[in-house]
Amino acid sequence: MTVEKSVNILVVDDEEIVRDSLGSWLEEDGYNVEAVESGKKALERLPAKVWDLMLVDLKMPGMDGIQLMEEVRKTHPEMLVIIMTAYATVDTAVKAMKKGAYDYFVKPFNPDDISLTIRKIVDHHKLVRENLFLRKELKKQYKLRDMISKNEKMLEIFDLARTVAKSSSTVLIQGESGTGKELLARAIHDESPRSEAPFISVSCAALTESLLENELFGHEKGAFTGANAIKRGKLELAQDGTLFLDEIGDISLKLQMDLLSVLEQRLFRRVGGSDLIAISSRILAATNRDLKRAIEEGRFRADLYYRLNVISIQIPPLRERREDIPLLVEHFIEKFNIEMGKQIRGVGEGAMRILMDNDWPGNARELRNVIERAVVVAKGNVITESDISLPSIVGRADHRAKSLEEVEKEHIRVVLIENQWNIVRSAQTLGIDRVTLYNKIKKFDLKKEGTGAKEC
Amino acid sequence: MEPEILRWLVKEMGDCLWATARAMPSIPLPPESYEAGRNQYYSTKILKVMLKEVPEDALKLLGITDKDICIPILTYVFGEAQLGGTVAVVSLARLRQEHYGMAPDRPLLLERLRKESLHELGHTFGLIHCPSRDCVMYLSNTVIDVDSKGRSFCRACQMAVESQTGVGRDE
Repeated sequence: MTVEKSVNILVVDDEEIVRDSLGSWLEEDGYNVEAVESGKKALERLPAKVWDLMLVDLKMPGMDGIQLMEEVRKTHPEMLVIIMTAYATVDTAVKAMKKGAYDYFVKPFNPDDISLTIRKIVDHHKLVRENLFLRKELKKQYKLRDMISKNEKMLEIFDLARTVAKSSSTVLIQGESGTGKELLARAIHDESPRSEAPFISVSCAALTESLLENELFGHEKGAFTGANAIKRGKLELAQDGTLFLDEIGDISLKLQMDLLSVLEQRLFRRVGGSDLIAISSRILAATNRDLKRAIEEGRFRADLYYRLNVISIQIPPLRERREDIPLLVEHFIEKFNIEMGKQIRGVGEGAMRILMDNDWPGNARELRNVIERAVVVAKGNVITESDISLPSIVGRADHRAKSLEEVEKEHIRVVLIENQWNIVRSAQTLGIDRVTLYNKIKKFDLKKEGTGAKEC
Repeated sequence: MEPEILRWLVKEMGDCLWATARAMPSIPLPPESYEAGRNQYYSTKILKVMLKEVPEDALKLLGITDKDICIPILTYVFGEAQLGGTVAVVSLARLRQEHYGMAPDRPLLLERLRKESLHELGHTFGLIHCPSRDCVMYLSNTVIDVDSKGRSFCRACQMAVESQTGVGRDE
């Protein structure tokens, strides 16, 4: 019985008789109609509702219909406007349509024409809204707080993160730089019962040993020259919340020892202090280094590794989940549109091909930066090839001229890495025998060390 | 209009709405409703005059005219009603086959009049256009639409009307 209850139509006409008759006629169709007498009034009413359609008289004193349409478009670029006029001239019709009117009607209208046009608009609107709604719903499934992915491994990680968020276990997040380790740590915090308490992040690589110690543990008044007051460390500040230790692979052996003791006893002292302070925060740690190799090389304590690695999450690099590139691109465009007040609708085919083909050594962070730049420089509302700037393309080894020997060396290096330096398998892949491969490794001075997982 | 058609319509409307229906003496169309340039009558102005003529014991008042009617913004209307109000008007002019250059068809004219009268009275009960083609409240701007839509209210529209006539009777 009821149809389109929520469709809002704004009628703008200086003639009262038109406002009244059109208004009541449209109401019989179930639309919500508001009628105003001038462009000025229409602009005032614009923010009041989500208007689906405007029926605007062409000739009005003050602001005419086309001026009003242009004014409306500044803030509501998607607004559908039907221009009404008593004087049918081809010129005005063409002008109205060129300026972006959806349709043009000569008064008096044939009731069937106007009914069908409005019905068509309403149906189209409904489809667009449904589409938007469905896309948002779909995206929700791909989302964990600020992270977005449809890669199977990533979705497993999202599930795992949601599960571990409920516990207080220590989590070690590993992954290349720019893969979103801190975002994941924040997501775990936000999904946890601790979400109301602080999330404190410390970048261990950025600080010297003594500064980091001071940063983590704080100090007592007079602990050292210049310590004029008590300073509470991040361990204390994160009480009941989450302490995120980024770049944990970069901390000194001494601090590793201190941290191990904190994790085991869940107690610590401020620098220069004697009182033991209990910690109730949850520890999350992250690194882009290969901690197992660091253990083998004696640079990282095995006991600390096992203490941190209660739950281990390895975030795959972007090049191993290329299906996420379009999703991330759309996500970043939406974000930057809001931040910069832009209206970018998407990425052109050529530009998307460049983005899909790139290896993204800096992962999602690099992609975000590239999109941010593209949104800034884009002239139209679609990002084109010329808006994309990839510094990594220029510097990438395979794009510059090089000798056959260099190519051979690089190829052998890649094959060795792919086969985890298994000489038999690598030799098979390369189609040479083991002795030849050994000789080439020697000749090119290829070493397992430094050619491992850390590629960026 | 022909008294015979009026008598028939009174009976039909009474049956459709489970109501007591009666005919009133005819009222002249208000001269101010005449749109000279268009040779049509402005239906909203007709409704205004009719409002003054509603008998005290009447819930609704339906006017029928042979003249072509319109509202200023539209080239024509088959009828107009006060949405959720008391009065409605229906024109026979464009329901006649002769308007479209065809031979008169009395049964068809009566069927169209019945549908449009019920449709406009439906508006006075607060009904808006119904998405069901089987319902008489389906939007019909052409006689093709009038002929193809249903001749009575769908269940939902019927219930809405009944709830209101019920209130009317209790009061």
